[in-house]
Amino acid sequence: MNDLRELYQDIILDHNRHPRNFGPLPASNHQAEGNNPLCGDQVSVLLDVADGCIRDIAFQGVGCAISMASASLMTEALKGQTVEEARRLFHVFHDLLTTGAGESAPELGKLAVFTGVREFPMRVKCATLPWHTLLAALVQKQDQPVSTE
Amino acid sequence: MTPAAIQERQSAAPAYDLEGVRADFPILAQKVQSRPLVYLDNAASTQKPRAVMDAIAACYGEYYANVERGVHTLSQASTAAREQAREAVRRFLNAPSAEEIVFVRGTTEAINLVAASWGRRNVGSGDEILVTELEHHSNIVPWQLLCEERGAVLRVAPIDDRGEVIQEELERLLSPRTRLVAVAHVSNALGTVNPVREIAQHAHRVGALVLVDGAQAAPHLAIDVQALGADFYAFSGHKVYGPSGIGALWGRRELLAAMPPWQGGGGMIRTVTFAKTTYAPPPHRFEAGTPAIEAAIGLGAALEYLTALGLPAVAAWEAELLALATERLAAVPGLRLIGTARDKAAVISFTLAGIHPHDVGTVLDQEGIAVRAGHHCAQPVMEHFRVPATTRASFGLYNTREEVEALAAALHRARELFG
Repeated sequence: MNDLRELYQDIILDHNRHPRNFGPLPASNHQAEGNNPLCGDQVSVLLDVADGCIRDIAFQGVGCAISMASASLMTEALKGQTVEEARRLFHVFHDLLTTGAGESAPELGKLAVFTGVREFPMRVKCATLPWHTLLAALVQKQDQPVSTE
Repeated sequence: MTPAAIQERQSAAPAYDLEGVRADFPILAQKVQSRPLVYLDNAASTQKPRAVMDAIAACYGEYYANVERGVHTLSQASTAAREQAREAVRRFLNAPSAEEIVFVRGTTEAINLVAASWGRRNVGSGDEILVTELEHHSNIVPWQLLCEERGAVLRVAPIDDRGEVIQEELERLLSPRTRLVAVAHVSNALGTVNPVREIAQHAHRVGALVLVDGAQAAPHLAIDVQALGADFYAFSGHKVYGPSGIGALWGRRELLAAMPPWQGGGGMIRTVTFAKTTYAPPPHRFEAGTPAIEAAIGLGAALEYLTALGLPAVAAWEAELLALATERLAAVPGLRLIGTARDKAAVISFTLAGIHPHDVGTVLDQEGIAVRAGHHCAQPVMEHFRVPATTRASFGLYNTREEVEALAAALHRARELFG
């Protein structure tokens, strides 16, 4: 059970139960859908971007606790950030999950709770799906599904 | 049967030697995550008994060579061993003749073979193929491809909320335009046992053929293709405790004899000239190229192992596990069984309120329990029950009552963890 608590930290369980910024975003001007056909995770990321800044962000979808909490914490971390900062954070987060690099990077903030996911290789794609979807949303205005498999 | 007769029959049957069976499967003795392995992913693939490993090792170690064409001793021995395996498949299915048994890579390839060979010749514009809502993708997609190519129509017999095919609907969808009914004997996602015999009778009444996807039935039920009245029957080796990459298609002799080859190459011809090539009779017509020799031999060993245990005894044991698991899982708060057919094989799909199946799968894995989480290659079934995925525990002949209890206890702990 100890390893499980490493994966399912309280913050993750909380954001899974009560996702933040979950729902429609009428003012959105960027959006993308991501899905993981292997496990059925589906997430839409909606953005209101102006002058290179993410003024508002929301997500919708269904998925496991890791993907839902990741999406929820991502929206918290990115609201009010610049697009450039969002891209940089994507790479820091991605490295954290794949190589363990930047574990103590200060910009991760609460996102550091996903450190334990690295020990569960099958679940890494659950945590990164919202972030890949975010990148897709940033580069495109129309729906073009992305997939992490 | 009277109670006395049942009692007599039970006492006459030898007790199921579970301990002996488990000892036949070396992989089961290991620990996973420092816990004894509890392998409940048998509907995905089964573990292998020593008899299968020994048969493959003997082939490689003692008499391996290419089959069919060699005049030398080893080639003859390999050919004979593979043909014995074909005979083992015939016995297992109670098929009239071993010439009706085609070795394939698995159920998926068997269905694709029938779609490509029989289908292209016999299905035309406006014709219909009937499947059911509970089919595995491998018994849907080959027919979609065929229908698209031939301008035919794919019809779907719906299921009810127990996960049973609605027989009246199926009968209503049958018409003189129906060329084939393709139906699972047992549903991989729900465990439902379909009344194949009745379905075949209805199908034949309108002149349609019946293909049975037996992938999930072969490990659980005694199969008699003649009694079922099927026209084609397919199953996979790796789900009946045999090797992966091998399976069998049974087809009625006159059907196979009239079917064109679906792959060209060595081993499937009679004579080849650039002007005209003539083809070998079934089953070799459908076995182009060097086959999976040792896998076929391993499959034969698996079927002999299963037959020696006795499928009725295996089925009785698995029914006991299913009943226990159904009872224990029903006691887990928020657990919803997906698939409650009256006639079920030992497969339990479920959802846990507020916990995604993948999280359930990860929690169980930490306790050494292997289950499957996902859509089980049956997305229409998931859609019917309006769930994105389920967790599936599927039992095999080596599972124990203690393993069922371990599953239930772990699910209670998952419940606690996620609140």
